[in-house]
Amino acid sequence: MDQQTRRQAYEQRQRRRSLLIATTSTAIVIGAIVVLVPRLPRWSRVRKSFFDGDIFADSFPRLLGAFWLDVQIFLWSVPLIFALSLAIAIARNTRSPALFPLRAAAVIYTDVFRGVPVILTIFLIGFGVPGLFDSRAWSNPLIWGTAALVLSYSAYVAEEIRAGIEGVHESQRAAARSLGMSSGQTMSAVVLPQALRRIVPPMMNSLVSLQKDVALVSLIGPVEILRQAGLDKSKFANFTPYVAAAVIFLAVTIPCTRLADYYLHRERRRTGATAIS
Amino acid sequence: MSDSVGAIPSVKLSLRGIRKSFGDNTVLDGIDLDVAEGEVITLIGASGSGKSTLLRCSNLLEPLDDGQIVFDGVDIAEPGLDADPIRRRIGMVFQSFNLFPHMSVTKNVAIGPRKVLGTDKATANAAAAVMLDRLGLTDRADAYPDQLSGGQQQRVAIARSLAMNPEVMLLDEITSALDPELVGEVLDVVRDLKADGMTMLFATHEMAFCHEISDRVCFLHQGRILEQGPPEQIFGDPQESRTREFLQRVIDAGRL
Repeated sequence: MDQQTRRQAYEQRQRRRSLLIATTSTAIVIGAIVVLVPRLPRWSRVRKSFFDGDIFADSFPRLLGAFWLDVQIFLWSVPLIFALSLAIAIARNTRSPALFPLRAAAVIYTDVFRGVPVILTIFLIGFGVPGLFDSRAWSNPLIWGTAALVLSYSAYVAEEIRAGIEGVHESQRAAARSLGMSSGQTMSAVVLPQALRRIVPPMMNSLVSLQKDVALVSLIGPVEILRQAGLDKSKFANFTPYVAAAVIFLAVTIPCTRLADYYLHRERRRTGATAIS
Repeated sequence: MSDSVGAIPSVKLSLRGIRKSFGDNTVLDGIDLDVAEGEVITLIGASGSGKSTLLRCSNLLEPLDDGQIVFDGVDIAEPGLDADPIRRRIGMVFQSFNLFPHMSVTKNVAIGPRKVLGTDKATANAAAAVMLDRLGLTDRADAYPDQLSGGQQQRVAIARSLAMNPEVMLLDEITSALDPELVGEVLDVVRDLKADGMTMLFATHEMAFCHEISDRVCFLHQGRILEQGPPEQIFGDPQESRTREFLQRVIDAGRL
């Protein structure tokens, strides 16, 4: 149909108007920052110590190399987090009285690891657990740093999975059980597949968060990007390497966040909820 | 009635003294009902009279507070009994279909035999295809539940249940969630099941259909079977004032 209805024409005018307002307001805000910030009394010194182009160029490749360690830690952690959190979520959803200790353990686990700051968990496990072993091989901070991240994040992700499991309507269980399926078969064939689909968006958000928190492992030793930035900062007596590190993080986390938003949006559309502006 | 278990050979399912409360709310207050092999019994009564709970108790989806459910001579309500092997022999169809939304129609129908009976995928799918053909759903075999009309969804739900070759079917207001013009296609399936000799316990608000298909009609009121008998008697000459009041309300609503 090439003839626009009156409503379509109206909506098109509205869209153009919104676009114009958004562009103008953005331009005003950016303009104000560009004009006003340099007028601050100490701007020239801050620019020299945070935005030095030469130091940025010198430091950037080293930081990128160190960032590879962050990526590796992230990649090991994700499957471990997924497996552990799934086990915890399922443990919390068991109903048999005999499994009460398992449920209790799962509850205590999530309470403890959600309640302690990630960084504290990294310190306690990273410095504490290696002391249990004689061999130096067990004192690798990468292992214990990763373990601490996995333990912390599994507590959060387990809660997301549990919410997903509880979001599957009871009638689905009733239907599966009425066919004669056991509670285990009902969980694996009917409940979990539906639950996991629902929790993709919150889980993506947790993974974006994890990407950043990997840097905390540097506090117990490994030279990953944050520590490398610290070393470069000392070397140049300049904060620009931190800015460079932030740029590298953003280059990864922003696309991931957008992807998570996209999945969330798609899930909302699939379940039929319309966005109200 | 004899008290010894299984004394009447033709009785398929016998409910005895069924009681069930949710908190202070007594939903079933001593229900006794014998369902003979091949018999179609309909449960009528107002919302909250206990029809759905009675069906959910019959296959132990809902645990009883008291009473016996004798199925093929065995009391399946015996505390501590593993209910899974019994549920597979009792089919159930729900008001809200409860199809598995993440599975295709074929998989919905095949999943019971595959998981519960250990049937291999090819055999289960072939059996599902036969079942879907019987219910006129062959062209929707690869669709997902969201893509089907309510009537089609309910027929798939019936197919899913029949795939387990149940000996008794429990039908819980299976047309109540359907648009009026879709009710007929689901009721046709129930007619076919009756013609095949299926034993059925059917909670319904479709009074005309109830009149047509029932061997016996039970009127439930406040968790008891207040009156029961052949449809001619219940609809033509109800003995209890509560039954007459209920039927009058149904007639006033234009449903009979």
